[in-house]
Amino acid sequence: MRRLLHDSGHLLRPAIVLLAGIGLFLVLRGAVIPKNFGQYGHYRPGALADIRKRPISFAGQDTCVMCHDDQAKARAAGKHAHVSCEGCHGPLAQHANDPGSVVPKLPEVGALCRRCHEKDAAKPKWFPQVVTDEHSGGALCNTCHQPHNPHL
Amino acid sequence: MDITRRDLFKIGTKILVLGSVGASLEQITGAAPPSETYRMADHWWGMIIDIDKCIGCGNCVRACSKENNVPQGYFRTWVERYEVEERKQPQVESPNGGMDSFPPSTRTDVKSFFVPKLCNQCADSPCTQVCPVGATFVSPDGVVLIDEKYCLGCRYCVQACPYGCRYLHPVKDTVDKCTLCYHRITQGLTTACCENCPTGARQLVDFKNPQDPVHEFLRNNKVEVLKPYMATQAKVYYNHLDGSVR
Repeated sequence: MRRLLHDSGHLLRPAIVLLAGIGLFLVLRGAVIPKNFGQYGHYRPGALADIRKRPISFAGQDTCVMCHDDQAKARAAGKHAHVSCEGCHGPLAQHANDPGSVVPKLPEVGALCRRCHEKDAAKPKWFPQVVTDEHSGGALCNTCHQPHNPHL
Repeated sequence: MDITRRDLFKIGTKILVLGSVGASLEQITGAAPPSETYRMADHWWGMIIDIDKCIGCGNCVRACSKENNVPQGYFRTWVERYEVEERKQPQVESPNGGMDSFPPSTRTDVKSFFVPKLCNQCADSPCTQVCPVGATFVSPDGVVLIDEKYCLGCRYCVQACPYGCRYLHPVKDTVDKCTLCYHRITQGLTTACCENCPTGARQLVDFKNPQDPVHEFLRNNKVEVLKPYMATQAKVYYNHLDGSVR
C-alpha cells in the first residue's frame, strides 16, 4: 500500500490541485450567482425589480384630471376628448409631484397642430387634415380654434 | 527573478481567494421584485395596433424617447410610412423614426399608410434564445426584458431579432429595447406610447384579464402579427395590416 502511494505520487498531486480548483470554482460560483437565479427562468429575478424602479416621466391622464378639472371638461366635450393632456403638453410627472416648482411651458402651437393635422396622403381619410399654409394663410391655429375644444 | 512552479501556484491561489472574497463582499443582489399588489402571474401583456387609426404624428416616438431616455438617433418604437405601388417594391421611410412627423406626401397614385413598430414581445423569442449569459428573458407576465447588469453587449440578440427592435446603447454599452414600459404597467399605468397616442391607434392589452377589450377586438377583427412565418408568437397584433409590411 505504501509502495502504491509512493509510486502514484505524481498522479495524486495533480489530482489534489484539480480538486482544489473545482472547489474554488464552486465557491466562487456560489458567491457570484444570486441564490434565486433561475426562479422564473434562466435569468436573475432581481432584474425585474431593477427595471420596475425606473422613474416615470408621464404622469398619466388620471393624474392630470385630478387638479385640472375645468380643462378636462372642456376637452371632454370636443373632438380632442381622447387626446391625452401630456400628448400635447409633454411629460409632466415632475409637475404632478411638485406643481409649484415645475411649471409646464405652453406648447408651440404652429408645430404641434401640424404634426397631426397637416394633410398627408398616408393619413386615414376619416382624419381631419388641412394644408395649413392654404388653410390659415400663416395665422396660428389657436387664433380661431380653442385647442381643448377645437370646434369653431 | 525566476518564478518557480511553486511561486506560480502561490500567486494563483492568492488571486483566487482574494477574488472570491471580493465578489462575496460586492453584494450582487438577487432581490425578488417589490411585493405589492401586482402579481406577475395575473398578467400577460401585449399590444394591439390599428393601422387605420395611425396618423403618423410621432407622439408615440417622442413619448417613448422621453420616458425611457432613449439616446438620440436610436428608437425603441418608431413609425414607418409605406408607399406601395402596384406590383412594385414598397417604398418605406422613417425620417428620424417619425419622431417629428413626416414631410407631407401628396402621392395619390399609391397606397400609403403608417405602421408604428416596437418590440413584438414574442412569447417564443429568438433574442432570448441566443443570449449566452441569461441577460435577456421573457418575464412571467410576458414582457421581453434586458438585465443591464448581466448584458455583455455581444449583440447576438440584436442580430437574432427578426424585427430590428434592439440596439446597443452607445453610452451603457449594453443592449437596449422596448420594455413595454414595464416600470409603468406594473404600477397600473399604460405605456408612454399608448398614453400619448391621440387616436388610440395603439393600445396596451392584458390577455389574462377577461375584462380587457382585446378579447372582443380579436374576435371582431382580422388581425395579423408581423412576420408570422418566424413563429415567434409575437404579441403585438396589427389590425388592417397590409401584406407588403415587413
